[in-house]
Amino acid sequence: MPTFAQKALARAAGLATVSVGQVVDARPDRVLSHDNTAPIAKTFSEFGLSRVPNPHRLLITLDHAAPPPTPAHAKNHQDVRRFVKQNGIQHFFEVGRGVCHQVFSEEALVLPGWTILGSDSHTPHFGWLGAFGAGIGRSEVATVWAVEELWLRVPESVQITLEGTLPAGVTSKDLCLFMIGKWGADGGLGRSVEFTGSGLASLSLESRMVIPNMMAEFGAKNAYLPPDSAVFEYLAQRLSRRTGQDLDSCRKIVSADALYPDADAHYAEKHHIDLSQLDIMVSCPHRTDNVQPMSAVRGTPIEVAFLGTCTNGRLEDLAAAAAVVKGRKAHPNIRFIIIPASSEVMLAATQLGYTQTLLEAGAMFESPGCGPCMGNHMGIPAPGEASITSANRNFKGRMGEPEAGIYLASPAVVAASAILGHIGAPQDLE
Amino acid sequence: MSKIWKYGDDINTDVIFPGKYTYSVRDPQEYPKYALEDLDPNFATQVQMGDVVVAGKNFGNGSSREQAVTCLKLAGVQAVVAVSFARIYYRNAINNGLLAITCPAAVAFAQAGDTCHIDLPNHTLYINETPFEFPPFSETAVQIMEAGGLVAFVKRKLAKEREAQTS
Repeated sequence: MPTFAQKALARAAGLATVSVGQVVDARPDRVLSHDNTAPIAKTFSEFGLSRVPNPHRLLITLDHAAPPPTPAHAKNHQDVRRFVKQNGIQHFFEVGRGVCHQVFSEEALVLPGWTILGSDSHTPHFGWLGAFGAGIGRSEVATVWAVEELWLRVPESVQITLEGTLPAGVTSKDLCLFMIGKWGADGGLGRSVEFTGSGLASLSLESRMVIPNMMAEFGAKNAYLPPDSAVFEYLAQRLSRRTGQDLDSCRKIVSADALYPDADAHYAEKHHIDLSQLDIMVSCPHRTDNVQPMSAVRGTPIEVAFLGTCTNGRLEDLAAAAAVVKGRKAHPNIRFIIIPASSEVMLAATQLGYTQTLLEAGAMFESPGCGPCMGNHMGIPAPGEASITSANRNFKGRMGEPEAGIYLASPAVVAASAILGHIGAPQDLE
Repeated sequence: MSKIWKYGDDINTDVIFPGKYTYSVRDPQEYPKYALEDLDPNFATQVQMGDVVVAGKNFGNGSSREQAVTCLKLAGVQAVVAVSFARIYYRNAINNGLLAITCPAAVAFAQAGDTCHIDLPNHTLYINETPFEFPPFSETAVQIMEAGGLVAFVKRKLAKEREAQTS
């Protein structure tokens, strides 16, 4: 009767079964780090090992402040490159390739049933493809590089059953904001949040990616969506592209380790959500669980509209924004900043004409990466200004300025607000 | 005597150690200057060695940044006592020898400026003179903290492995 988390951690620990609360020594298939690789490498050097024993397990991008805005950031990237070279790390992605979670998904570097630990709190992201992803600290990443295992407590699991389909204009971001608003920023504290139900199949893959990513704001240890044929095909195509193996072999490889919870698995809590009953939601300063319906915040003045991040910077997000702004102009008081989550997204958006539509509407594009999400990079608000963003956190000072409020919403709402000059929904433009 | 700094629920890592410093401030000795910058501007200049932070639920939610633990540790804070902890923060605390104590009753009782004494072997803490028992740390957590943190723990483990190989 194991849950997904029990099956995944049993696999990672090389055990037949594990029980909730048990502490296991898990060997992750992958270990993620990004700009913070440099300080982790410094810690690793204290262990007296000449090299990382299994460099193929490491996944590294430069995304958090990329390209570097200051000499200190540039030096940090230089230190990462030196470590990568010294250790022969093949899965390294340079400045401009994109945000870690998006890039490692596009490159099929994490597969269903695998365990990935990372020094990034949005590592639960990989639950979209049925992997066990959890955030850990920098010292822990150095530890896993050196000894290849880490203690993990087997979490309780919560089951969320999704039924129905989302109304037009309502997105998986709204679903996540609804959950966080209803049950709190600690609604899934330390738990494995496992989704199921007929409503999942109606969600595009890119919409699904939002869900486990945002479960970090629910306090979750990891989150899980059961992988289906669409997930396997996405990964097989990309594995074939990266490795040159034929597609049929890749189809077998990507589904080989997939895990599904037993039908009679035990859950600490079970909730049902009817997607058809959801509405557009906005998370208001300075708490992610301060979630309001659009009617409560419509008309709030803003100065920055930011579309991007690992949560909502994908092709369908840019497509939604382009559809909203087509033939319109951003309000003169607004800085409309767009940062695609990856170079692949940016290229596809350009080929499909979304980039042109958005530029014609007055948007500015920055190179793929995390941008101003955590206050490190281009697009920091000034004191007293408000931002609406498609990102995941609105904590005080998150975007670098403590006296600037942050509103979280879906990409279409960010785009509509950019045109209006205040918070609003696409239908407010008509 | 250790003094208590009291805060509310859901204190996140961005107000404990702002993200804008995570790659630009590279020397750990500089971290305490920015501790709780966006929550309590008096903290960094007034905190004393051995002080205790008391807070509500979900302490340390948000980013995985370890500086949110080390900035308090290096500022002299010996423990955070909270109703609950965000899981990465809890791990980072154990791994850096900052006591992360879950004790809702003590949180409800404590006021800013109260004194705090922690009797770790008996897993009891005293607010002024009033005792509160808290759950003991797991065996793994105790081993890591006794070693002086995760890095020291792993160093010891690797040294033992080397010794076993040579003997």
